[in-house]
This record gives sequence, C-alpha cells and structure tokens, in this order.
Amino acid sequence: MTSASSAADLVPGRRLAWPALPLRYAGFAVLLALAVVGVPLVATDYWYNAILIPFLIMALAGLGLNLTMGYAGQASLGTGAFMAVGAYATYNLLLRLPGLPLPASLALGGLIAGLAGLVIGLPSLRIKGFYLIAPTLAGQFLIEWTFNQVGWFSNYASSSSISAPRLAILGRDLSSPAGRYALTLSSVAVVTAIAWRLVRSQTGRNWRAVRDGETAAAVIGVPVARAKLSAFFAGATVCGVAGALWAFAYLGTVDARSFDLDRSFQAMFIIIIGGLGSLGGSFIGSAFIVLTPILLTHLSEAVLGAGLDGGQVSNIQRVIFGALIISFLIKEPNGLVALIVRLWRRLVR
Amino acid sequence: MSFFLETLAGGLLAGVMYALVAIGFVLIYKASGVFNYAQGAMVLCAALTFVTLTERDLPFWLAGLVTLAIMVTLAVAVERVLLRPLVNRSQMTLFMATLGLSYVIEGIAQLLMGASVHELDLGIPDLPVALGPIQLSRFDLVAAASAGALVIALSLFFERTRIGVALRAVADDPQAALSIGIRLPVLWATVWAVAGFVALVAGLLWGARQGVQFSLTFVVLKALPVLIIGGFTSIAGAIVGGLIVGAADALAEIYLGPLLGGSVSTWFAYLLAVAFLLVRPAGLFGERAIERV
Repeated sequence: MTSASSAADLVPGRRLAWPALPLRYAGFAVLLALAVVGVPLVATDYWYNAILIPFLIMALAGLGLNLTMGYAGQASLGTGAFMAVGAYATYNLLLRLPGLPLPASLALGGLIAGLAGLVIGLPSLRIKGFYLIAPTLAGQFLIEWTFNQVGWFSNYASSSSISAPRLAILGRDLSSPAGRYALTLSSVAVVTAIAWRLVRSQTGRNWRAVRDGETAAAVIGVPVARAKLSAFFAGATVCGVAGALWAFAYLGTVDARSFDLDRSFQAMFIIIIGGLGSLGGSFIGSAFIVLTPILLTHLSEAVLGAGLDGGQVSNIQRVIFGALIISFLIKEPNGLVALIVRLWRRLVR
Repeated sequence: MSFFLETLAGGLLAGVMYALVAIGFVLIYKASGVFNYAQGAMVLCAALTFVTLTERDLPFWLAGLVTLAIMVTLAVAVERVLLRPLVNRSQMTLFMATLGLSYVIEGIAQLLMGASVHELDLGIPDLPVALGPIQLSRFDLVAAASAGALVIALSLFFERTRIGVALRAVADDPQAALSIGIRLPVLWATVWAVAGFVALVAGLLWGARQGVQFSLTFVVLKALPVLIIGGFTSIAGAIVGGLIVGAADALAEIYLGPLLGGSVSTWFAYLLAVAFLLVRPAGLFGERAIERV
C-alpha cells in the first residue's frame, strides 16, 4: 500500500471547533479553582489515593505522550520508560543531593527523562510511521531492564521496589493524602500551563506541520529534524515528571515494574480515547481510563455480590473494558473531547 | 565450536516458530492494514479451546475442527464488529482497537475455560537427536518442520489462488481493488480466518512447549521485532526475520547475557530491529512508502 505521508496516516489532521479563547481561559480557571478549593472540602482519603491522584498523574503522562504523538505525529510506546527515568532520576537526586528542594528535583528528573526521550527519538529522523514503535519499544524494554539490573539506580536496595524518601517543601510535610494531592495538582497545573504555551508557539506550529505533512513541511522550510527531536524531548520531560509523581505521590515506592509496557499502552489509550492533539483530551481520557476499572469493580460487587471469585470478576472487567475501548474508537473518531465540544456548541446555540 | 553450532541451530529452530506467529500478522496487515495485536490473544484462545476439548476426551482431529470453526466464527465477527466500522481510520486507531479486542478475547477465553496452566501433549517425544556433531531436540525439529510446511503452503496459497491474487490487489490499492469487484468484506473474513488457523497451529506448537497458559499471549512481543526486521507486508520477510531474530536471540543470551549479568532476551531483538530499520526503514522486504506532498 502506498501512502502519501505516513505521518498523516497515523494522525489525521483535523480541526476542532473549540469555544472562544477567553471563555476557555475562564473555564480553565473555574476548573482549577474547583480543584484547589472545592475538592479538599469534600474529598476523603479514599478519593485522594484511589481516584484523584492517579487521575491527575495519568493525565500528565497522557499529556506528555500527546505532545510527542498527538501534536508532532511521532508514535511512541515508550511512555512507561520515560516515566521510569523520571522516577529514578528524581529518586537519585533526592538521595544524592539532599540540599536540592523537591520542586527542583522533580523538574530536573523530568529534564533527565527528556534527554532519554531525545536519544530514543533519534531514530525517528530516519524511521517513519508505524515502524517508529520499534525504537520506542526497544527503549521501553531496555530501560525497564536497566533499572532492574543495575543496582546503583536503586541504591543497591535488596528488593526491587524501594520506598520513596519523605516529601516536604520548605519544611512542610506533604506525606498526607491531601499533601500529596496538593503536590500533584500544583505540578500538573504548572506543566499544563507550560505545555499550553508551548503548543501555541512556533515550536507547536512546527510540530503540527510535521504531523500533517512531513514532506510538505520540509519543503516550506520547517526544521523537521528539530521539530521531531524537540517533540520527543518535551513529551518525555512531561512523562518524566508524571513518573516521578507516580512513584512519590501515588505509590510511595520506586519500582520499575510499575512502568512496564502496560503503562505505555494505558497512556496511548488515554490520548486516543480522550483526543489526539488536545491537551484537554488527555484529562478526559485519563478520567475514563482511571475511573472505568474502579467503576466496574464497584458495579460487579453490587451486582454479583461477593460470591464470584476475583479471577472471574477481573476477566469480566477485562471484556467490558476492551469492548468499551472498541466502541469508543468506533463512535468517537476524534476522541471524547470532540463529544464535549459538540455538547458545548449545542448548549450555546 | 559444536556448542556454538548447537546454540545457533536451536535459535534458528525457535526462529521458525517466531516466523509462524509473525505470518499471522503479515496476512492481516496485507489485507486490512491493521497491525493486529490480538494475534497473541488468538493464539491463546485457540490453544485453550483445543486443550479444553481434548481434556473432555475429544479426539485430536475433532478438537482441531471445532477449534477451527470457532476461530472462523471469530474472524467473521471481527470483520463485522471491528473492521467494517473502522474502515479508513488511522493505523494507530486500528492498532488500539485490536488491543481492545485482545482484552475481550483473553477475558472471554479465560472466563469460559479457566486460567490454570494446561499440559498439551501432541505425542511427539522430546528426545535429543544427533545431527553430525550437534544434538537437537526432536520436538523442536518436528515443530520447525511443521511450521515450515505451513509457511510454504501459505505462500503457495497466496501466490497461486484467486484469493491470493485478490489479497495482493487489496494490499496494493484497496480502492482499485474494490472498483474491479473484489469483495473486501469476504476477503477480510477469509484472511482473518486463515490467521486464526495459523494461530491454532502456533498455539499448539508453543502450547506443547511451554504449557497452555496466559503467557502464550506474549509471543506477540517476540514476533514484533521479527515483523519489523522482515517488513510488515512480506511473508518471506517474516521467515527471514524469524530466523535472524531466533539465531541472534539465542546467541546473545549465551554470549552477551553473562557479560551484562542477566537475561537480555526482553530487549535484544528490539535493538536488532532498530539497527535493521536504520539501514532499511521499511524492513528487509517491506515496501517503501512513496512520499508525496
């Protein structure tokens, strides 16, 4: 099969009719205010630990992948690996440079993950389209293996999962669920704001040009190589921050096994179901991916009672989850974010 | 030296088995442009069905027929429910859809037939056979021979029959193929059914070797570098890629593994695949996409 442009095949260009910009700023501010002020009023520890924190972190991971894949059209199955690099880098920074404040360690850990992304992204200069999953998968497996194999990264801990150091900023302890939520929320807000600026800058426009037609972009003078590499760097940096948060704010341990291929698939699901090339889509997709299994668990407990054994319940969940994914892919080609935009327009008219 | 040869030969034999799984991918990719991640789930589903039936004292041939019928039904269902609504969508979307499909197949298969490990005895004794200076497992030889025979049969089928010609037409240009009257839905269902048959053979051979269990689905991750090296669209590529990956994997495990202090088999094949891609960006035998503005 000959194709005009493999990048365009992968991520078809499309236009979403969003609400006007001031309204979106207002909406963003309302959501943020709700998350900062409203949530702590009602949330319990269960909500923080099982729902809000993983939702925010996976949204961030999805956002990172969205920069690389949704905006720049470079397919990547290395999200888990970038998250692992971020987690281990932050762990080692906290361990070996105790004077460094937590936010700086987080940011540096993210940047180190970004460098890993840059290296893994190098083959994208020559390999295109779907074949790109090869180098990112190679990175995924190699990095996972390295962290399990080389003792230095985990400070020669006897077990493969190591407990995270205490979280504190300016002497304030953040290890309570509410504290970890605050840390996660503020990191996610800052990174999202930076990403928001980035995709509207010249860099972001170059990314989209490469995605929609690489050859055409090269012809009109878009620096294709720089666009691809910067997309890998930016995406992996965001994923790295997400990985560090996953280890420190969510799990409380640093464990390479929690950043396996399934995590990469999860991030991929998040952006495809949420909406490729849409920052908001990452959050919607994450809500779907994180909440569906929880909902299914509660639902199966309510419907079936405790009589059925856990293996069967998890099999039923697997089937339903898979079927939901397929039906969303069929019904909503541009992701759930398109559904919400349509609803919004119907409300306004 | 004979140890090196033995490792190499063992790797090549394993490579034929990888190729067998990879061919299932190639068939589907050629016909529908889908990288079918659910191939691993299909291998598991076929093996699990077969073993459950034989444990109910069905003779081998009947169990094989029933399993085949189930795989054909699955193929028709996939065409209806998955491929038809997703026609003309991006490759990544289709890939994700097959990931969802693999969840569904794995879930249903284990729901109905349990998740315990089943022994599968095909009646081939696993005795060492001396071939000149080296010793090989008889089971591996028989498995590789049957895989090889299947590969040749499939190549002939797709080279000589009308369906094969239609498949190549669709792979070349789906719209032109449609306009000269090739019925795409029928072709898709046929190809998925053939892929189901390949999954059955692969499931039996792999299942007899390592037990019928969930980890059978991971043969996908072994077949992926094979495909990438060979090119997504070439049956010959799948065979050559399988042999390369099998041999390189076995040798790396023996000679490189101890140097690095652990098993390298999770990632070595992928690194190899990247090296091949850097030289040939569409695999050894894959068709290069022509880039237009």
